[in-house]
Amino acid sequence: MEPLIQISAIGAPLRLANVNTDQLFPARFIKKPRAVGYAQYLFHDIRRTDAGDINPNFSINNPKFETAKILFAGSNFGSGSSREGAVYALYDSGFRAVFAPSFGEIFAANCLKNGVLTARLDQETIQSIQEELDQAQEPRVSVHIDQEFITLPTGQVVTFSLEPFQKHCLMNGLNEIDLSLQFNEEITAFETNHRKTYPWTAL
Amino acid sequence: MSSTLFDKIWTTHVVTDRGDESLLYVDRVLLQENSFHAFDKIRREGRTVRNPQQAFGFSDHYVPTRNREQGIDGIRDPEIKHMIELITSDTETYGIELFGLGHDYQGILHVVGPELGITQPGLVIAGADSHTSTHGALGAYAFGIGSSEVAHVLATQTLWRSKPKTLRVTISGERRTGVSSKDLVLFLIRTIGSGGAVGYAVEYSGDTIDELSVEARMTVCNMSIEAGARAGLIAPDQRVFDYMRGKPMVPTGTQWEQALAYWETLETDPGSVFDREVQIEASEIAPQVTWGTNPEMVTDVTGSVPDPDVEQDPERKNRMTRALEYMGLHANQMIQSIPLDRVFIGSCTNSRIEDLRIVAQVMKGQTCRIPTMIVPGSEQVKRAAESEGLHEIFQLAGAEWLAPGCSMCVGINGDMLASGERAASTSNRNFEGRQGQGGRTHLVSPAMAAAASITGRFENISTYEEARSWNL
Repeated sequence: MEPLIQISAIGAPLRLANVNTDQLFPARFIKKPRAVGYAQYLFHDIRRTDAGDINPNFSINNPKFETAKILFAGSNFGSGSSREGAVYALYDSGFRAVFAPSFGEIFAANCLKNGVLTARLDQETIQSIQEELDQAQEPRVSVHIDQEFITLPTGQVVTFSLEPFQKHCLMNGLNEIDLSLQFNEEITAFETNHRKTYPWTAL
Repeated sequence: MSSTLFDKIWTTHVVTDRGDESLLYVDRVLLQENSFHAFDKIRREGRTVRNPQQAFGFSDHYVPTRNREQGIDGIRDPEIKHMIELITSDTETYGIELFGLGHDYQGILHVVGPELGITQPGLVIAGADSHTSTHGALGAYAFGIGSSEVAHVLATQTLWRSKPKTLRVTISGERRTGVSSKDLVLFLIRTIGSGGAVGYAVEYSGDTIDELSVEARMTVCNMSIEAGARAGLIAPDQRVFDYMRGKPMVPTGTQWEQALAYWETLETDPGSVFDREVQIEASEIAPQVTWGTNPEMVTDVTGSVPDPDVEQDPERKNRMTRALEYMGLHANQMIQSIPLDRVFIGSCTNSRIEDLRIVAQVMKGQTCRIPTMIVPGSEQVKRAAESEGLHEIFQLAGAEWLAPGCSMCVGINGDMLASGERAASTSNRNFEGRQGQGGRTHLVSPAMAAAASITGRFENISTYEEARSWNL
């Protein structure tokens, strides 16, 4: 996984609350192998009109946001199903960071495992950033993961906070399995004791 | 010191701490067809599966509900067929037990886990599906995970977790006639919102919860995730112990005695403090029907579709308008006036034998007015229903009695709504496109779905004379 320290890229607004992983990545595409590239499935149905055409009013369809890597979304973003394809679709579309007032927990965990930053900003801050991005000619945003702040197109600085573990994993591009296997002895000792204490749970 | 059920399970599973995160031991991991990314990761990174006997595979999301006698050859779509082949070969490669197509115990992972005793009080269970919260009904800490975390559990038998806050939901008092556990949980989501429990492990308690059967409790815990909570738990009591006894994977003899003695210590100690408390009076709850595209968009069956114009918050107003447009409904329309096209009875929320018994009571001697699919949660549920003759009641009424799986809850096995079709569904998500692109879903209890199937509209099951005798 690539270390994520700073991102300077286009930021895009997405003014919808409760965006669920079915909307991020419709279930009928789950069976596709990752190798086909999941970018084509991101927001597949909600970015289109009922007739199936690309909806120009859906924010990230705006050419201005075409190369966006940073998303400013509504509350409870990524709720619903645990499908990690929702994160693969974001990642394959170039997104490396999502800011929202709150996140679906499984989605946020999946993001971390794939080197995508999720961080909370309050509703008011998100809304004012969304407006600024809409108005800016070049909605470029810098995200400083190391120092936990964002610089907006106007130069304004907004701070956010990360849990130390999340920050450590993102900044080092850590493969968590390797990290955890460093505790292999502890796991084995725990497991032996656990099976002795609760023998009926051992299989 | 007083501790909660959740704290007791958490504490006994911490391998080590690292800052704000704990490395948590996972007793069981449940896999389904969509876990193929996890196996790809294991292979790509050259890892081994640490304890294959603690992992269980299930073919449920993609299995067909028709032509099952043809086995895998009955699946025409090559991509769907491939999904069944993948879970079969991946579990075989790594020595993991699979409850696959044709297995006597095949079924939805959240139905089969409890009925076989894979799920037990006090365990930490991680599942490759967000509705893994279901297993909390037996007093386990159970939660959904994505593919990368599945791979992590397979390789290490652990997961990194920051400890969630605790929320106690107390539901008290007697329920109205015909009000089921599905209505209780829909009402809770209506009260706290679909993001209302994000960051919390929820414990359900109160005399209304105590009165629920173990299967009815599963329905409540199942939909915890629809309020944003990764896990929902209920303290194991005598009902749970009676339910556990004799299940194939539950210990016997002295181990049973040992286990029971331990399970009895799990309940939340008096005086324990939760980070947040929510209290609900059961008597206030009517049968619920969702009108929108999120489970929080729900109201009483006797109510009407809300009017976005009276909503003050512009963002909420916008959401409601969009939902009504998608659902093809208009403001102030009475719920009972909405004409339905189809009924789906099934899913990990409501496909167990008790659900099917209630459906049979409503359908007995009646005729379904609209196409109705009844999909049992597992082969075991199917056999039980057939031994009780329920399938004959369904078939006589004109409903389709199908083979077990997730079916139209998630619409990826080929069972789905056509665009514009409107269904009453006993499943858990009414999201846009969830049951098929353009499909319109109204979530209800099994009794409500069965009644809707007879008349083609939502009926107030509370007014049914026979509902008085139901043990919902």
